[in-house]
Amino acid sequence: MTAFVIKRLAFAIVTLFGVLTIVFFIVRVLPGDPALVILGDQANQASIEALRARLGLDQPLFVQYLDFLGGVVVGDWGVSMVSGRPVIQEIMNVLPDTIELTVVSLILGVVVGVPLGVWSAIKRNKVPDYIVRIASLLGLSLPAFVSAILLLMAFAIQLRWFPVISSGQGDTIGARLRDLALPAINLGLIMAAYITRVARSAMLEVLNQDYVRTARAKGLSFAVIVWRHCLRNALIPVVTVVGLYLGILIGNSVLTEIVFNRPGLGKLIIGALNQRDYTMLQGMMVIYTLIVVLVNLATDLVYGLIDPRIKYQ
Amino acid sequence: MSVLSVEGLTVSFRSEGAWASVVRDLSFEIGGGETVAVVGESGSGKSVTALSIMRLLQEGVSKIEGKVMLEGRGDLLALPDETMRDVRGAEIGMIFQEPMTSLNPVMTAGFQVVEALRRHRGMDRAAARAEALRLFDLVRIPDAKRRLDQHPHTFSGGMRQRVMIAMAMACRPKLLIADEPTTALDVTIQAQILELIRELQADTGMAVMFITHDMGVVAEIADRVVVMLRGDKVEDGPAAEIFAAPRVAYTRMLLSAVPKLGSLDGSATPRRFPDLKGDPDSADPANEPDLRADEILAVDGLVTRFDIRGGVFGRPVGRVHAVENVSFSVRAGETLALVGESGCGKSTTGRSILRLIEPRAGAIRFDGRDVMAATPTEMRDVRRQMQMIFQDPYGSLNPRKTVGSAIGEPLRVHGVAHGEEVEAKVVAMLDRVGLPPEHALRFPHEFSGGQRQRVCIARSLALDPKLIVADESVSALDASVKAQVVNLMLDLQKDLGLAYIFISHDIAVVERISHRVAVMLLGEIVEIGPRDAVLANPRHPYTQKLISAVPVPDPARKGTRRPLLADEIASAVRPVDWTPPERRMVEVGPDHFVMES
Amino acid sequence: MTVLPAPRPAYWRRSLAAIGSGLLAAFNTNKTSWVGLGLFLFVCLLAILAPWIAPYDPIDQNILFRLKPPSAEHWLGTDYYGRDTLSRILYGARISLMIGLFAITSAMIIGSFIGMIAGYYGGSVDIVIMQIMDVLLAFPSLILGLIVVAMLGPSVANLVIAISLTAIPPFARIARAPTIAVKEREFVEAGRALGYSNPRILFGHILPNILPEILVMGSLWLATAIRVEASLAFIGLGVSPPTATWGGMIREGFENILDSFWLALFPSLAILIVVFSLNLLGDGLRDAIDPRLKGEE
Repeated sequence: MTAFVIKRLAFAIVTLFGVLTIVFFIVRVLPGDPALVILGDQANQASIEALRARLGLDQPLFVQYLDFLGGVVVGDWGVSMVSGRPVIQEIMNVLPDTIELTVVSLILGVVVGVPLGVWSAIKRNKVPDYIVRIASLLGLSLPAFVSAILLLMAFAIQLRWFPVISSGQGDTIGARLRDLALPAINLGLIMAAYITRVARSAMLEVLNQDYVRTARAKGLSFAVIVWRHCLRNALIPVVTVVGLYLGILIGNSVLTEIVFNRPGLGKLIIGALNQRDYTMLQGMMVIYTLIVVLVNLATDLVYGLIDPRIKYQ
Repeated sequence: MSVLSVEGLTVSFRSEGAWASVVRDLSFEIGGGETVAVVGESGSGKSVTALSIMRLLQEGVSKIEGKVMLEGRGDLLALPDETMRDVRGAEIGMIFQEPMTSLNPVMTAGFQVVEALRRHRGMDRAAARAEALRLFDLVRIPDAKRRLDQHPHTFSGGMRQRVMIAMAMACRPKLLIADEPTTALDVTIQAQILELIRELQADTGMAVMFITHDMGVVAEIADRVVVMLRGDKVEDGPAAEIFAAPRVAYTRMLLSAVPKLGSLDGSATPRRFPDLKGDPDSADPANEPDLRADEILAVDGLVTRFDIRGGVFGRPVGRVHAVENVSFSVRAGETLALVGESGCGKSTTGRSILRLIEPRAGAIRFDGRDVMAATPTEMRDVRRQMQMIFQDPYGSLNPRKTVGSAIGEPLRVHGVAHGEEVEAKVVAMLDRVGLPPEHALRFPHEFSGGQRQRVCIARSLALDPKLIVADESVSALDASVKAQVVNLMLDLQKDLGLAYIFISHDIAVVERISHRVAVMLLGEIVEIGPRDAVLANPRHPYTQKLISAVPVPDPARKGTRRPLLADEIASAVRPVDWTPPERRMVEVGPDHFVMES
Repeated sequence: MTVLPAPRPAYWRRSLAAIGSGLLAAFNTNKTSWVGLGLFLFVCLLAILAPWIAPYDPIDQNILFRLKPPSAEHWLGTDYYGRDTLSRILYGARISLMIGLFAITSAMIIGSFIGMIAGYYGGSVDIVIMQIMDVLLAFPSLILGLIVVAMLGPSVANLVIAISLTAIPPFARIARAPTIAVKEREFVEAGRALGYSNPRILFGHILPNILPEILVMGSLWLATAIRVEASLAFIGLGVSPPTATWGGMIREGFENILDSFWLALFPSLAILIVVFSLNLLGDGLRDAIDPRLKGEE
């Protein structure tokens, strides 16, 4: 198990290193001189040179690269070209909102998706199975912004149950939850659609295994077989898939935050794109990939906990 | 009073809207302390019968009619589901064929036994655990206390089957149903498991329903026999009578097709299996190798090892010594059998000779060429004359290619034939293995197992090879088909002067087909010599153990009990720094060598 | 190897047909796949015929007919500039389908090739390739799309590049797993024993066996690509206005959501129909193909 953990950790570090390298070069090959972008066309040559020196752009590429890597490690992610505040500070301001949204959605997705998937598998080719399958297929056919708009139209504009704009800054827990409700339902149901499908197919496969027959031959009841013998085996692919779908979850969270006008990384990255804030974009890519790599590491480790075959390696 | 009495059992499956019966009007009884073997080839309905008794068939697509009377319970088929669950695991225990997949991989072995105890015997956690430990000891699992808390993947196949038996025995069932419990196991492990079942039966007086295709196993264990053919019972009676005087042709065929160890005593050359049409054995011509012929293949000091990588940096942490200092030679028209149990390195030896796996050391001379020194291009040419036939005739044919293109492709690749010639050659090859030309248009899944293996043989013959390495090529086939394919191989050898390396765990088939036998253990040849000498007069202790474990279809031997053992062969995995000891072979008879111990 | 001038014998043609019949059998196992395919082909037909069947020019502005609800003249209403929504949806289909098809076809070819090489050769080749793919996978696809389009500028070609870049690593994974599974089958070893070269085994024997699965995943990823394209357009990184794109239309409709809900609703339904039809198609096929790779029969 220790070797497994260290190995996964090593892979994560290698991946992170590769990711940071790509981020660095993407930003460097962006068309246009950042100094020119910041100061505008009318700036004189001297002030441009001065700013280039301040941003470290006059250094050789290799030195810039090392500076960048070092900066990422110590938390110096540069200064926003627009607001002038440190990038890491701007990100940390809104990161909790995004994390709150995605974690709640993920929990919602698992709580709804796993039981539905299991139920659908047990009732294979019967009415409940068809309904669950069509519903989950619809769920993953709707782009997140479309479902968000539909939810907004129905529950905020027509029924007025929830605020149209969720500031996410509510003072009381109740207010915060009201703000969170629609965006989380939107993201959570889409996630549930994905998880339902994986849980269903994993469960179908597990139900066909020889050890299920053994369990039946032991005289166990169907419920015990499903929940005790099958579920844990079926969860193994579900955990892997949750890690794989993280990218989709992040993309959807950006769209959801835009539609509900909710503070978070989504609004930050759109703002940075519109204003060509390169240092901010660089920081955004670092934080997104960091999240992805860390969550994948976590799912790998959870995988190791569920599947005893890994523990003995 | 019988424990189980099956009356007029008919089982049907629904396929494409229609019901098709797979077991028809089957009746038999099993008394207390009695073992009834249900025998038949694949598709005879023997496993379906077992699952029907347990009511484990999938509902909706299956239909069970008739009566299954269990002592004290009445008709099982009439019981409500709830009550039936109380019967399963408590009054009837069951073991299955596949020990590798029949245990839940995420639960400890002990828990899976404890679960049955708590379900049926209402024990608390501690009592159930103590009882599970007792059961582990009962089925002779070494180091039982530690093993309770380990997961199934750390157990060998034989040990897993012991766990399954412990689970089935947990509630002292009246009836044990064993569905091909030893088919997936090595022959020495099979002997242990059979002995264990007999011992447990003697202690508890339970009834045993033993399902198998192997008449040798039947002779070892059964008091009475039920013979099944495509869903019908064709014959039943006491084992001794069935073996001595089978009444129906099918039973006679089963018995005659079953390889018998010792049936070629005193003969040096291979002989065809008796023709099922009734020609006497003795009329078969023998395959005489040309003793003046040169050695077509000479292997000297072959070594193949695999590193096991582990740890953080993937450094080798151990090494599998799959083939260690193996030397032998084969003449044209001669068959050398490589025998041994799983993991002994016999398959790796075969693959190393063709360099499908790269050997680490050793010399291979084939038809005057140095195989080890051949470049990849030269190697392709070598492989033309050195062919391989695999165990799984379906797996070794590309499911998306017709049989015709499977046979034709090597001809085209090696530029042996062009255009129309290819088609003519394909037809000729099919004819050679006894298949009609129109079969070229078919896909592998349209053939039976035996036919597929014929196609594989045709494919390898197309390139006019001099040597064929046959890796467990008949092991997956039913006895009657097995005999036909072996006969075909013998005919081809006689007509074409082929040399065979016949890799098999099945000693009884080896006896029929081989001129010489090499016995492998942990990557090394421990004994090699003329077949008659090795099999009739084994000198190495392992060869002796192996041959005594082979079940012989002779119920008279049933009385001979073996000691209850649980020892298994150590693995060929060694530490990285392990150096194999120096070995010396001693000649104990003409051309008969044994490793000095 | 010599090239054969002679016609391929009948059994050779049957072998080729087997790949197609594998897919056909999958279609018939799961009838919903036919529904999905029919729906998708219908949308494709509408997109191809858009110049002839669209009632109005999609970018023709008409200030007199601004923000009109659905009516006899404008079945699906008009937008802020008085443009006909139905016509814009029909033309928008061309953009969505073109970008999706080009992006996924190229990603499928490149990704599958990479995945097959990694799976077949294994060892350090596999480790290096899959590590690179993992690095690419660490970028959430929408974020990578955002950055690439923002960098290169919003044009059809750049959107194709951005979307296919995000789909290459998944296809590498999709192709790699069955390649490894098929590689372990004895017929591949039999091929080596018969002296076949690696390219012949890889593309002549393994590819036909994994192709149905790749094509099925292709249809599912086409659905994803169309969704991502719409999302990018919604964010403002689609093909530049005034060209009609579904995502762009929803973006404009969202600004008028309180009084003219149809502006956002109809293009949303269009996306839903296309993506749903593709998911229906791919999902049914996958269900049918899956057991075949495990059990073979």
